[in-house]
Amino acid sequence: MRVALFVTCVNDTLFPGTGRATVRLLERLGCTVEFPEAQTCCGQMHFNTGYREDAMPLALRVGEVFSGYDAVVMPSGSCAAMVREWYPALGVEPPSGVYELSEFLVDVLKVEDVGAYFPHSVTYHPTCHSLRSLRVEDRPSKLLSAVRGLTLLPLGGADECCGFGGTFSLKNPAVSAAMCTDKVRHVLDTGAEVLCAVDNSCLVHIGGTMRRERAGVRVMHLAQILASTEGNPA
Amino acid sequence: MSSTFVGMPSFPKAASRAVGNAQLRHNLHKATHTIRDKRAAAVAEQPDWDDLRAAGAALKNRVLRHLDLYLEQLEEAVQRAGGHVHWAADAAEANRIVLSLVRATGETEVVKVKSMATQEIGLNEALAEEGITAYETDLAELIVQLGDDLPSHILVPAIHRNRAEIREIFQRAMASWGRPAPADLTDDPRALAEAARLHLRERFLSAKVGISGANFAVAETGTLVVLESEGNGRMCLTLPETLISVVGIEKLVPTWQDLEVFMQLLPRSSTGERMNPYTSMWTGATEGQEFHLVLLDNGRTKVLADTVGRQALRCIRCSACLNVCPVYERAGGHAYGSVYPGPIGAILTPQLRGFGSELDESLPYASTLCGACYDVCPVAINIPEVLLDLRAKVAASGAHKGEKLAMAAARRVLSSPGLLGASQRTAGRFRKLTPRRLPGPLSAWTDTRDIPAPPPQSFRDWWASREEK
Amino acid sequence: MASRETILARVRSALADVPSTETPDDVPVPRDYQHTRPGPDLVELFVDRLMDYRAVVHLDTPVAELARGRGRLMVPPGTPGEWLSGVDVARDDPPLTATELDHLDGVLTGCAVAIAETGTIILDGGPAQGRRALTLVPDHHLCVVHREQIVRTVPEALQRLDPTRPHTWISGPSATSDIELDRIEGVHGPRTLEVAIL
Repeated sequence: MRVALFVTCVNDTLFPGTGRATVRLLERLGCTVEFPEAQTCCGQMHFNTGYREDAMPLALRVGEVFSGYDAVVMPSGSCAAMVREWYPALGVEPPSGVYELSEFLVDVLKVEDVGAYFPHSVTYHPTCHSLRSLRVEDRPSKLLSAVRGLTLLPLGGADECCGFGGTFSLKNPAVSAAMCTDKVRHVLDTGAEVLCAVDNSCLVHIGGTMRRERAGVRVMHLAQILASTEGNPA
Repeated sequence: MSSTFVGMPSFPKAASRAVGNAQLRHNLHKATHTIRDKRAAAVAEQPDWDDLRAAGAALKNRVLRHLDLYLEQLEEAVQRAGGHVHWAADAAEANRIVLSLVRATGETEVVKVKSMATQEIGLNEALAEEGITAYETDLAELIVQLGDDLPSHILVPAIHRNRAEIREIFQRAMASWGRPAPADLTDDPRALAEAARLHLRERFLSAKVGISGANFAVAETGTLVVLESEGNGRMCLTLPETLISVVGIEKLVPTWQDLEVFMQLLPRSSTGERMNPYTSMWTGATEGQEFHLVLLDNGRTKVLADTVGRQALRCIRCSACLNVCPVYERAGGHAYGSVYPGPIGAILTPQLRGFGSELDESLPYASTLCGACYDVCPVAINIPEVLLDLRAKVAASGAHKGEKLAMAAARRVLSSPGLLGASQRTAGRFRKLTPRRLPGPLSAWTDTRDIPAPPPQSFRDWWASREEK
Repeated sequence: MASRETILARVRSALADVPSTETPDDVPVPRDYQHTRPGPDLVELFVDRLMDYRAVVHLDTPVAELARGRGRLMVPPGTPGEWLSGVDVARDDPPLTATELDHLDGVLTGCAVAIAETGTIILDGGPAQGRRALTLVPDHHLCVVHREQIVRTVPEALQRLDPTRPHTWISGPSATSDIELDRIEGVHGPRTLEVAIL
């Protein structure tokens, strides 16, 4: 299966480890992964802030760069939602076969136990776009539950937004911070060592707040936990 | 009520103040979570909820796409049943019509059922200017009126007040409006409700003019429908000799039988009950009462003209979107500067009023686009879609010049893999210099959060080096 | 009438995107929701829902037995004589003022339709129901529901009703949740709702 990785601009620039983990995981599961180097950004930030004319060329580029693959895998719920749900609002045909990582693993590769090993306690935050736009439902939890050594701890108020919301965090900083404070409290209540999600944008928000508060909880993208093995631990 | 939403600051400023009010945060958290859970249970119990929701949305679409026909049909049916129909193009005209109708009765006092439409047009204030006192009779509206306050929620306008505050308001203000609060009034909700009952009882029994809104108006039959819980609605709708109902033109449903959809959707979405305690339905002049229907536009036809924003007119004012909204829960209703707060207010208010103020322009951004509102909306209003559409309108207006330049610059970098790669390498080289505090608008981020330092190598550079090997 | 034409003209111009040949019926309305559904026995379900909001429920007790000794009760036109034996009765003829109604101890009525799933009683001003104020002002409402008047769902109820009549749907005693979302029963409407099922 010829799989294109759409790593997303945020992961490419700030979280290359998530991209590397996704490649390692998919190759371990037998996929041939390609990284079309002409890729850049899905245009979500521009679109969500109201700059549709700026989002348009980015969306058109995605359509061109990612056509002709069996599947396009994105380690980001919100970017996958942008492509699948909102490109039509821009009048742009989304490329076919776009999947958020957990969707690709469970629905296309039909695998829940990816052979990972991660001997830590983890709590999972379902990010809004993965939960309510893509409806990934319990796919990430199923994948995490199958990881050897991993203890999955339930998160209170899990379906509540963390308050990131892209430029919302800058335009409405007080509300954004208040939402994040509550999210962090729920995370700390679980006692987990690691907070996991399918979006690094939300994790940078929650993680940045926890680091500022010296909360001592690590944030990790789902890909990094699933890529972790005994021989090559995360 | 002398308080007004006019001249309020932008949403972020007002919300920031609300976030700092611990008592308010506590009241809102408790109230929204209580009602959120009740709604979830009531909806889970209804086996055909999704089908009802689809039918509700479609019925409202049918009405909106043929609103002229349905309005004429409603008018004819109400008149046939002995009612009078008035048309108000804007708030001032609606107030003038109601004022002249009240004057014609010779009365100087009216009793009111909670009505969003009359709040929207500022009817109480308009009547007061002409020497007519409007008494709010819904318990929460009474709390707001006595407290010289503003409503902060569609269903529970005094949601921002707790029992101790309500007791204090009753003790302080009831006497100047009528029967005083009992001297030994406690903050037990039961005692507070009883005080309201006693305060309003005589008023109801002697009222000659009642003013209401309506939840639904059936075009086919001319029937108006008001859902409520306390019985104050029945008092105002039934006992006075004259009834005046101010109804937005979007409140229509096509047929009597179509009420079967909305009478299932609204109570469960709104109060989380299988059915609200009381619903009144009447057609034209009833039981010897004189009946006037005032049909209100006041910006609704502007909303109707927008093919994306039009769906906001499907709203049946259940307030489920407020109760699940994480932003509303922290910011409170007043920050939205309108009688329509929360997610629905964020899309309805700027469409009704336009982007004339800093506040109205900031409302489409008062959301993280988390989508919880869309999920619970009983008529499937895609609130995130409308928010995004309104943001595009604000951005196109050139309101945010610095942001527009920054966005264009970002687009130029992101349109070129070469430029993007070069920027990433520059950032990586200076990663040790990543500041703890960012300057300008970005300081909003670093006020409460750390920023991650850029990695020494971007993903695309890692991939390129791997390919070389 | 100027504003009538103004508003209708605004509506028509706002709907420029709607094809002129489109009729309301051309806008599809999916009617996949249920008109009725299988479920527990109607009376059992109705009683369960009434109890849920703490109405007082009686099954097959003679109405007169329930009404006797409750003080002076308003009795609307068309009330069966056998409900009234030994009952202290007030009549709305000539019509009482609201204040006079307020001095009564209660009201005894029948109903038009009842909805089991929601515990709703619907009055339409027909026989044994009277005008709307009669069941509103007195503090105690004793309502008689015949088994054959109970339907399961809201759609079934609407089908049985005549839209030209005034309707009062009652689902429990008067209540409010306006103070901290705490449900308090008994505000302006009757504080006690008693239902007799025959």
